[in-house]
Amino acid sequence: MTGAVAPSAEGQTEPEKFDRVEDHDLLTGRARFADDLAIRADCLHAAVLRSPHAHAAIVSIDVEAALAIPGVEAVLTGADVKAWARPFVVGVKQPMEHWCVALDRVRYVGEPVAIVAARDRYLAEDALDRIVVAYEPLPVVVDPVAAMGDGAPVLHEVVGSNVVSERRFSYGAPDAAFEAAAHRVGISVRYPRNSVTPMECFVVIAEYLPAAETYDVLANFQGPFALHPVMAMALKVPGHRLRLRTPPSAGGSFGVKQGVFPYVVSIGLLARKAGRPVKWTEDRLEHLVAANSATGRVTTIEAAVTGEGAVTALRYDQTDDCGAYLRAPEPATLYRMHGNLSGAYKMRNIAVTNRVVLTNKTPSGLNRGFGGPQLYFALERLMHRIAVELGLDPLDVIRRNLVSRDAFPYRTPSGALLDSGDYAGAIALGVGRGDLDALKARQEAARAEGRLYGIGFAAVVEPSVSNMGYITTVLTPEERHKVGAKSGAQASATVSVDPMGSVTVTTASTPQGQGHATVLARVVGAVLGLPPERIVVNTELDTQKDAWSIASGNYSSRFAPAVAGAAHLAAIRLRDKLVRIAAAQLNVPTEAVRFADGKIHAEGNPDNALAFHRVAGTSHWSVHALPDGAAPALRETAFWSPPQLAPPNDADEINSSGAYGFIFDLCGIEVDRATGRVCIDRYVTTHDAGRILDRAAIDGQVRGGFSNAIGAALYEAFIYREDGSFLSGTFADYLVPTVHEVPEPLIVHQETPSPFTPLGAKGAGEGNTMSTPVCIANAVADALGISDIVLPLTPPRVAALLQGEETPSRTISMDEPSMSGTGGAVVGKGEVLLTVAPEIVWRALLDPEVLAAAVPGCRRLETVGENSFAGEADIGVGPIRGRFGGTVALLDLDPPRALTLAGAVTGPLGAGRGRGHVTLTATPEGTRLAYDYEVSVSGKVAAVGGRLLESASRVLIGRFFTGLAKRLGAPQPATTWFAKLLRWLGPRR
Amino acid sequence: MKPAPFDYLRPDSVDEAVAALRETGEDARILAGGQSLMAMLNMRLARPELVIDIGRLAPLGGIGVRGGQVEIGAGVTQAALLAWPEIGSMLPLLARALPWVGHPQTRNRGTLCGSIAHADPSSELPLCLATLGGEVVLRSTRGVRVLKADEFQTGVLETACAADELIEAVRLPIADVGTGCAFEEFGLRQGDFALVAVAVVARADAITIGIGGMADRPEARTWPMLESDALDDALNEFAWELRGGDDQHASARYRRDLVRTLGRRAVEGALSCRV
Repeated sequence: MTGAVAPSAEGQTEPEKFDRVEDHDLLTGRARFADDLAIRADCLHAAVLRSPHAHAAIVSIDVEAALAIPGVEAVLTGADVKAWARPFVVGVKQPMEHWCVALDRVRYVGEPVAIVAARDRYLAEDALDRIVVAYEPLPVVVDPVAAMGDGAPVLHEVVGSNVVSERRFSYGAPDAAFEAAAHRVGISVRYPRNSVTPMECFVVIAEYLPAAETYDVLANFQGPFALHPVMAMALKVPGHRLRLRTPPSAGGSFGVKQGVFPYVVSIGLLARKAGRPVKWTEDRLEHLVAANSATGRVTTIEAAVTGEGAVTALRYDQTDDCGAYLRAPEPATLYRMHGNLSGAYKMRNIAVTNRVVLTNKTPSGLNRGFGGPQLYFALERLMHRIAVELGLDPLDVIRRNLVSRDAFPYRTPSGALLDSGDYAGAIALGVGRGDLDALKARQEAARAEGRLYGIGFAAVVEPSVSNMGYITTVLTPEERHKVGAKSGAQASATVSVDPMGSVTVTTASTPQGQGHATVLARVVGAVLGLPPERIVVNTELDTQKDAWSIASGNYSSRFAPAVAGAAHLAAIRLRDKLVRIAAAQLNVPTEAVRFADGKIHAEGNPDNALAFHRVAGTSHWSVHALPDGAAPALRETAFWSPPQLAPPNDADEINSSGAYGFIFDLCGIEVDRATGRVCIDRYVTTHDAGRILDRAAIDGQVRGGFSNAIGAALYEAFIYREDGSFLSGTFADYLVPTVHEVPEPLIVHQETPSPFTPLGAKGAGEGNTMSTPVCIANAVADALGISDIVLPLTPPRVAALLQGEETPSRTISMDEPSMSGTGGAVVGKGEVLLTVAPEIVWRALLDPEVLAAAVPGCRRLETVGENSFAGEADIGVGPIRGRFGGTVALLDLDPPRALTLAGAVTGPLGAGRGRGHVTLTATPEGTRLAYDYEVSVSGKVAAVGGRLLESASRVLIGRFFTGLAKRLGAPQPATTWFAKLLRWLGPRR
Repeated sequence: MKPAPFDYLRPDSVDEAVAALRETGEDARILAGGQSLMAMLNMRLARPELVIDIGRLAPLGGIGVRGGQVEIGAGVTQAALLAWPEIGSMLPLLARALPWVGHPQTRNRGTLCGSIAHADPSSELPLCLATLGGEVVLRSTRGVRVLKADEFQTGVLETACAADELIEAVRLPIADVGTGCAFEEFGLRQGDFALVAVAVVARADAITIGIGGMADRPEARTWPMLESDALDDALNEFAWELRGGDDQHASARYRRDLVRTLGRRAVEGALSCRV
């Protein structure tokens, strides 16, 4: 099929009102999620011990005390994993190893170190507290650019560098185009690490069947099932000995549940060790710390531009931050978009450098938009910059460069075959329906009043149905020749009739709430002339029984274009068999058989009809009645893969997706000068996802993606301090926008059917995560007249762009050090006045008994060497308290003037390290003890209490020195900085 | 996210509750609405040996008016207080502040006294207590003592409530005729902990302004009536005095800016609604 398909604007139609078949159970609490399913009575419950350190060597693990708790049955550690499993295969040719449980080194906060199986989850968590792990902390690197630098700590010494992949590509003649260009416009941007945090966290229920040497696992895994071989290989079993099943309902995934797969392996191994089934339900803290993250990216992008704003070439330099391990399918975030690096534009010259860097952070993985948010944040910010730098209208720059309507199917320079589209038409539709003129008038009026109002645009190509071969673009052509070319995107669906002639559909699409059953019932019903309510759709998957392939699963927006298409094809095959049977029974030629309203009838003669179920039951009950040579119509399975999905060629051109939709977003925003808050005044999102199968479903997807994008643009980011501690462990710290924060977008549709997919549909599940963050960023750039935009655009961050000099205080000088939010450590200082001479204070500081009395909550303190002590203390603020074991050493002794205290503690709440410098000065009354300190805290207490860390550290350290003062007999009132402040304030109260 | 083992006691009387507190001391925690404690238990941030559930003690469930004060029992939920018919006339500051406290769902469980006991430096209700100069009624087997707001909260999550004491009630002064009040807050999302919250009570000749989210506890000051530049200056000095902390969400500078902006807005709001 060639040539453009005529578009038809259907933006004006209202969504049809109908019930989704899924909704009754979901809304009445009857839906069966993985955690609801019955388990065997002897099933154990797992809890995962996670590293509090971002980077550390594991010196020893002692699980004895944990196993001594009655009801604790087994503990899985790296040693077991090493004996029974293999590391996961990696997508690049590097010798680094990623095991499902850490062996001898941890590389991110939250990395599994041991897993306990116990009679219930309470006991399992009790056991975690009793596992003693000795760590030796190692230097940490969290910034991807720093990780590439000379002397950066190397995560995987066998690789010798944190850069585990670097590839350069050139399409067309970019260098010549840049040389000839009238203008060069460039921009550097970063895309943050965030995640679309599903409501339901991970669940794995695993059993090992020793006789069959089979792991039998139920998990809310979502695909891609290319990971099934990855899991089976890690478990050292052939594929059919890893039976993987999925539950009837799932509470969202957005790609994130791809990250269940390491736990399928580890919980399987734990079940094997325990000799009983084991269930693990991830909790929210675990999820935020360690489940998954969108890939962070640093991009420098440059365009060669003519005087009129036509882009002739692009030059990308992309560095992906994949976290501590390159977990499959990474580095797919870089390569999913490789074919459509040119976006919606027609430039023919592209140069690309792609780098994959590892840092001490949670491994990245699938996340709604996968690669799109990162790509388009750079590309569409660049298009906006071109307009600004050349003094052009941003929308004109977009329009001037669009692939034109008559060019489809259009082969991009890097190999994508854009199936269909009318980009200019969609933009015109969106501009008209969204009333851009009115928005511009509002902007003008607002600006006249001195308000900060901006308008932003974004045009993106939304790929769907991933080519399973695109990831091999990370390999060189020579490497690809060695490992064998990969390609395709097999989708599957099965349509069956039972003896009563009723129809059941199964797929391997592992839906996560989108309504696959509703749409499939309509698609199959339409083919068979049955109302949707007469079709039963079962979307549970069992890898030992069902039709699946490596592309199966719920990702890359493949449902409408591929899975629904496969179901359509399977239904047609079944119908064609029924046609022969019905033709014989109706006594008409096969061409005259029609399906409608639950009947099969002769064309033009509705009275010559049979009930559908009668004909459909024939193959079960009356095999003798089948026409000669006719196959029984019982069950049809269709596999479908877009034939256009070839492997990457030797020029590294890759058609990375099967279909390509289009989105055009425009918005008006206002920035509040007082607070920096970005308020969305109007948001218009225009979609062309080919033929729409279900308007309500697609609008639901648009709203969902839009909400996620509001999060990415304005609220959400996983925050790590420079020491690798993780600060976003609760939903009070990781800020997912709620109904209060998400405005209602105006949704506009255009339908340009895909010539390549069975139903003409394209994917639409992810689009706004690609278009909306950059559209908002462009609007904020427009409002503020700045170019450097960092996501998320939180009020404090935006305010920092607006604020001038701060009004100083007339009375207080502020030289206090501060932890600066996400810096390496909490720092502070204070002082205490003592009524004894420095020599006495000095002796006390070196006396373990005095130290023990001063350490808040000290339970014991022993001397383990000269001026070095080990002990245990209950440390906390208010009701928050935890037991920590640790060491303290006194260094740099300069009696009786100065010394340094250095200590490290660990406990179930996390790990802390600190250093304090103490100086003693003689005063007429005795001694002034001044101290300054830096403390770094990681693990649970940092993840959930980051907001209070600075003040809690100050309180605890102050308590130590005031305790010391008390111990020395005649304390003066503490004069910490804060106390001084309070005293200063006192008289004014 | 399962708590460490603890004993659970649901006493039948306040006396039984304080007797249990006396016996267990520091290792006991009071459970009322559970909106802070349950999360801390589940994350094992707190590991009390004994949890004393006072949620069903009828004597703690009342709102009473005595001697120019409203006394709110330890069992009174934030939702119940917000629905109290007299709140608008007697506790107008609370009427303005309570909608900022969490969400309707958390207010249905969470109590006024529980929030004050938890003493989060960013919480709205301790800020109201400090600004209004209320009192906290503490009961133990030793008897009853009443602490002024300023004596009660001592720091981050810390109060002067002794290990054997139960917060029986909080007393807040009834708004005088001729006063106005305002509550302003800035959080990143609806219902979040405040980055900065400001409570103001304006009388004929003076204004009291309280700030939460800046120092280790809410801080309140009373100023004479200030004209515009003097007000800006006073707010600026107050902002610097409180310093504010840097965390992953906002810088100290941003918080000080919020004090200046919200402070002015709140003072103007309070002055304009004096009746």
